[in-house]
Amino acid sequence: MPSPSILRGGALCAACVSLALVSAEVRADTDFVYEEVSGRISLESRQFPEAAVLPGQASQATGLVFHPKLYVEDAEGRSVTIAPFFRYDGADTRRTHADLREAFALIFGEAGNSEWEIRVGIDQVFWGVAESRHLVDIVNQVDLVEHPNEETKLGQPMAHLTWSGEWGVLELFGLTYHRARTFPGPAGRMRGLFVIDDEHVSYESSAGEWNLDLAVRYTQSFGPVDIGLSAFDGTSREPSICPSPVPGAQLTQHYEQIRQFGIDSQVTIDAWLLKLEAIRRTGFRNLFCQQEEDYGAFVVGGEYAFYSVWDSPADLSVLAEWNYDERGENATNVFQNDLFLAVRYALNDVQSTDITLGVFEDVDLESRVLSLEFNRRLTDYWALNVEAIAFLKIGAMDFLQHGLENDSFVGLNLSYSF
Amino acid sequence: MQIALEAHERGTGFGDFTARQTMVLRNRHGQESRRDVRIKILEVDDDGDRSMFVFDQPRDVKGTAFLVHAHRTEPDDQWLYLPALKRVKRISSSNRSGSFMGSEFAYEDMTAQAVEKFTYKYLRDEACGELTCSVTERTPVEKGSGYSRQVVWHDRDALRIWKVEYYDRKDEHLKTLEIADYQQYLDQYWFAGTMTMMNHLTGKSTVLNWSDYEFQTGLDDGDFTQTSLRRAR
Repeated sequence: MPSPSILRGGALCAACVSLALVSAEVRADTDFVYEEVSGRISLESRQFPEAAVLPGQASQATGLVFHPKLYVEDAEGRSVTIAPFFRYDGADTRRTHADLREAFALIFGEAGNSEWEIRVGIDQVFWGVAESRHLVDIVNQVDLVEHPNEETKLGQPMAHLTWSGEWGVLELFGLTYHRARTFPGPAGRMRGLFVIDDEHVSYESSAGEWNLDLAVRYTQSFGPVDIGLSAFDGTSREPSICPSPVPGAQLTQHYEQIRQFGIDSQVTIDAWLLKLEAIRRTGFRNLFCQQEEDYGAFVVGGEYAFYSVWDSPADLSVLAEWNYDERGENATNVFQNDLFLAVRYALNDVQSTDITLGVFEDVDLESRVLSLEFNRRLTDYWALNVEAIAFLKIGAMDFLQHGLENDSFVGLNLSYSF
Repeated sequence: MQIALEAHERGTGFGDFTARQTMVLRNRHGQESRRDVRIKILEVDDDGDRSMFVFDQPRDVKGTAFLVHAHRTEPDDQWLYLPALKRVKRISSSNRSGSFMGSEFAYEDMTAQAVEKFTYKYLRDEACGELTCSVTERTPVEKGSGYSRQVVWHDRDALRIWKVEYYDRKDEHLKTLEIADYQQYLDQYWFAGTMTMMNHLTGKSTVLNWSDYEFQTGLDDGDFTQTSLRRAR
């Protein structure tokens, strides 16, 4: 049985070959006129002040991140981007991992009154408008060992065509290989009571991880109103977490074939940002793999900014979002009926200092999670990030968060960008 | 009003240009911080300019890009591209008075000043260096502006702006902008080389140097879309 990381590497290399072919074609015509290496090195440490629920879980995790990016461009603006990612984590061997975040060739041009763009290779795509959760965003898999907020994503092999004009922007995606979600290992924190098996991943599709997934997205702006419509047909990015067929404590990941329609919209008026994301998903199994249950979910809310508060250059923004999932207690995520409230204070100073205090309040299950984040640039190259997440209470019926009660932490991140 | 209209007319018609901006931010203790920005501007018939700013320095925001579709009377449309998340975010344009990148320049100082966004009053003519300047006062129409009024020095020869005094909402003298090192491009248009903004209340200053001006580079609407914003590097 080859290890998943070798499989992953193989898939990435398949994408590399197609990338190499495209880039060879680009290279054949002209030399690159612009080359650039940039990136970041970060030293990160998380301290968990409370004793772990389970034996073997670390009380602190210190690690290092190296994330360089190479960019080359020819005279016509055709480019190749390569951005690998490496993390070493002193506590959790699964969190020590490497990924190819980006490795794609890009060409673009004009045809009549419209523009086109083609990206081939490994890339990252972001859809949506909300802050508390990225509901419609489905192209990339989540690199969950990085952060429980699901914002960091694994590179996705794809062909991505964009066609745009006065009539809007139409994007087509062919997704050639499925990446399994990363999960913390036995020594990791914020994993709940069970370790999720990362070696025996199963798929509904007979093609397994090689199922060709398709996605399409249309976006258009009407004055202050932005609208996005999306559809996805293929292998779910969210795993169904199923009891293991093998006796033992581990849970396994199973990936269903699903279809998902999404809509996202933002209205931008004065200092208001009003936001909506909604999906309808079919073919996905509900909590603990019981059965397929089609469902709808949405996040709705907004943001208002008070500028130049207290006679200073600082802005104060207030955010409120309501997450709802019609599966209720059968929902596979924690957002079945949750309010997110936050205050962000941005000093608008030379150091771009900002501080954000947020709370997730589960209306039905009576859980409460507090988050605090502080960012400040130290020099033109060094920056500091401090964050704290506190699991204030976990409801008795909030099964998805059981085992997180003692996983509150303070994280410190010192980054050098080059 | 005549001076403003005339100055505006003389300053438009270049089509498009690209340039680099280097800002040195200095606080009252003399500590410095640097901003490098690449900029693309396109004029649009019967509308405000299209502008794209791509940040190179400070390095933690490298690759961040900012797109503005300015409008003459309607509020501007603005988008921000965050490369770490590959996210394009539509942002509010109502914070006209906010600081641009922590500098002494506000957003409203960075974008083109449409004639329609002020009312004007002629004050006097006076010597400015070797030239003679017309001094006018302009009052922002928009309530989102951080200024009660601005006093502007245009030279009589080419109607270039040499100095602007900014008065805040309490009518205190907040900032002074001095512009120097003008050069003529396309045998017609005068563009500034150095802009120095001094904040009299905080003692902070920002020196903005323009370089690598290139005109009529063939930019069009397609270079100022959300798709091209995502491509910015």
